[in-house]
Amino acid sequence: MSAIVESPQVQVRRNRMGMWLFFVSEAFLFGGLLIARFFLWGDTRPDLPQVVPLGITAVLLTSSFFMNRAEVAIANDDRKTFQRGLLITAFLGFIFFLGVLIFEWGWTIEDGAFVLGNHIHPTSGVYGAVLYGMTGMHALHVLSGIVIIMIIWNLGRKGKFSAEDHWGVEATAIYWHYIDLIWIFFYPALYLIGTAVPAGGH
Amino acid sequence: MRFFKTGLVKGILVGLLWWLIGFMLVEVIRVAMGLPAAWDPNVPAGPVAGQNALQWIVAGGLAAYEPAMVVAGIFFVIGFMLGVGTMSDWLKWVRGIDTPMHHGPKEGDPGWFRYFGADYSHKVIGLQYGVTAVILLMFAGTLALIFRVELANPELQLSLFGANPEVQGTLNWFNTLVSAHGMIMIGSILLGVGAMSNYLVPLMIGANDMAFPRLNSFAFWINVPGALLLVTAIFIGGWNTGWTGYPPLSAQAPIGVQYFFIGVFFIGMSSILGSLNIIVTTLTMRARGMTMFRMPIFVWAAFSTALIQLTATQLIGLSFLMVLIQRILGLGFFNPGFPDITVIASSQLWEGGGNPILFQHLFWFYSHPAVYVFILPGLGIISELLPVFSRKPLFGYKWIALSSMAIALVGFLVWAHHMFVSGMNTYLRVPFMLSTLLVAVPTGVKFFSWLGTLWGGRIDLKTPMLFTLGAISVFLIGGLTGPPLGTVTTDLQLHDTYYVVGHFHATMFGGFVFPFFAALYYWFPKFSGRQYNERLGVIHFALMTPAFWVMSLGQMLAGTRGMRRRVADYDPAWGIDGVQLAVSIAAFIIAFSVLLMVINLLWSSRRAPRAVANPWRSRGLEWQIPSPVPELSYATAPVVVGEPYDYGLPGSTYVQLAPAMTGGD
Repeated sequence: MSAIVESPQVQVRRNRMGMWLFFVSEAFLFGGLLIARFFLWGDTRPDLPQVVPLGITAVLLTSSFFMNRAEVAIANDDRKTFQRGLLITAFLGFIFFLGVLIFEWGWTIEDGAFVLGNHIHPTSGVYGAVLYGMTGMHALHVLSGIVIIMIIWNLGRKGKFSAEDHWGVEATAIYWHYIDLIWIFFYPALYLIGTAVPAGGH
Repeated sequence: MRFFKTGLVKGILVGLLWWLIGFMLVEVIRVAMGLPAAWDPNVPAGPVAGQNALQWIVAGGLAAYEPAMVVAGIFFVIGFMLGVGTMSDWLKWVRGIDTPMHHGPKEGDPGWFRYFGADYSHKVIGLQYGVTAVILLMFAGTLALIFRVELANPELQLSLFGANPEVQGTLNWFNTLVSAHGMIMIGSILLGVGAMSNYLVPLMIGANDMAFPRLNSFAFWINVPGALLLVTAIFIGGWNTGWTGYPPLSAQAPIGVQYFFIGVFFIGMSSILGSLNIIVTTLTMRARGMTMFRMPIFVWAAFSTALIQLTATQLIGLSFLMVLIQRILGLGFFNPGFPDITVIASSQLWEGGGNPILFQHLFWFYSHPAVYVFILPGLGIISELLPVFSRKPLFGYKWIALSSMAIALVGFLVWAHHMFVSGMNTYLRVPFMLSTLLVAVPTGVKFFSWLGTLWGGRIDLKTPMLFTLGAISVFLIGGLTGPPLGTVTTDLQLHDTYYVVGHFHATMFGGFVFPFFAALYYWFPKFSGRQYNERLGVIHFALMTPAFWVMSLGQMLAGTRGMRRRVADYDPAWGIDGVQLAVSIAAFIIAFSVLLMVINLLWSSRRAPRAVANPWRSRGLEWQIPSPVPELSYATAPVVVGEPYDYGLPGSTYVQLAPAMTGGD
């Protein structure tokens, strides 16, 4: 059976290629959503408050910095910085996630029941549909990224990963950067590009 | 019974448990939020008088709980995957437990056991794909036979479709069977493509397994709950949209359409993950000396196919997901109507409806390249087998290899030719017509290369070769009837007629079914170690090929007389009664011949004489090792020293195995 056992470097090279092919595939998913946005909204956008989206965008981009610090740290066998970097990344990612859910979507409790949409409703025609659809698909990826980071954090706590062997960390890091990159395309498409259309119709 | 300990049975049981959990979860949340348990007040929330529970379900009564049904369907797939055991290694890794790769069957299990559960060997997975594909093929074929009986004569005959008002039956059943035949066949073809790629690509390039064996197993098994959901969809109300599922019809269709969406979504996920595996395997695991242009031609075909599957599949998943969400959450992507102002305050109201044409763009961006997913591996099989049975070098190897890539790339630029009458901007018609006709160029390259290979060859008409030649004849019919559909002026007449049905069946049979059967016969000695019954194989061919010509040409003839697709009845004045009857008879003959093949292969795998080492005198890598292939395919690494298809050239060699392994010629 010796012929089957490959060296770890060979397997990591394959893993890396597989990971990037996965990103190529995902690009078509997010690209499809962007096409839907331009097909349905054209050169308009709903007139929405600007501060919260800008704020959570900054939070998400900052989280990528700490993800990178964590990856560099484990490559230098600096376990403490590594663990701390992961926690900060997950925390900032969670802030972004909550920001979308609470401030963007507007989940609030009214009369003991959850109510959705303080400024734009998912059923508000095509504007609500695309906004909720795109932020929702992205938030789902952010949530999966947070879960994966916490798994990596837990494995790191158990002493897994080393300077030589940390493919799991590398994969998590590029996945997180990738989610960030998607938001860099989504944010302007949803909030900046096009003529602002006010609520209430004509 | 050992069978009840297999991963398949565990998967179904755990899946059903998760289905129940998903259903209850949504209902509990609904009740906690103060909402009524039934989601759609217009549908009876339980069996009405004179109905038992089963009749209520089959009539689509579960639509009353649609969100719970959707979540339950997704939970079923997750539960199935947990139960079948393909994810256990990943879950162990998550908990920090090392999971060394295990090869071969577990000790103490009988030989058949590993075929019904999670196994990481690509040879097992390839056969799992193949057997599932044939089962789905027979199931979907049976559905077609049912509605072909109805179509054999004008007017309605079957009570199932409402011919007898006293027996409960509706035309929705006809629509459901047509839709299910289409999509389950497509699932079967995707699995058949997976069977060929997974079994053959590692063997052909001299690798011992795929790059990611666990992912490979996952990618196969997720097809099974997907297919189960597709079949379930028929019996929980069905769906009347055809396999395309266009909104706004699919946004209002019976509840079955949701399980159709979810089933297709997960079968698509299998395509993506499987193709990722094929690409990495092809690029990184080739034997020493095997440059890209020394790969067997089938590997090129599988590689081009994988490039399409990896990328385009996301778009059908997205488009189906958007309709699914529109149905249960009210996001109006494809709803052209204005928002419902009775439930929204004016401060939350934005005018502007959705656009169903967007769905068609997203859908066809996958579903047109998908037909190249279906045919490219088959065309690769044709190019692979012709030199073996003609004992001549493959004519224009590089041109064939690159024509597969060209078809894959041009395939991305033609999708809107399905939408000439959809109401999209008319200025898009001519560019898409031109790009569509461009596909004929690389396809023509393949045809002329096949002719060049056959020319002057010493042709040996064994069953695989017969099916290869049959494939060429049938694909020629399919190919030549394509330009009238790709040309705007003629398509405006032919759109949605049986002409399209005839053309599509000819391309699918020529591009997939015939080559797939050729591949089954050709590699049968490889994976079973035995030789199939040649006479039965020839009878299969002799029945199926003329029957298919009748069926396909008959469908096209009916279409040009005005027969529309997805309609149960037609006007006797069109004079197509005889044609329709002939098509139905031909369909039964095809079904019978496929049954002959299944019996032949099943019987031969147990009782037939042992096959000789290399029955076709092939130069391929996979034929230089014993049959059936041992657990470790290549105990010593093979070295490629020559060109793959130099048949008949004296002194040329393709591959060298270590001295101990070489034997025979």
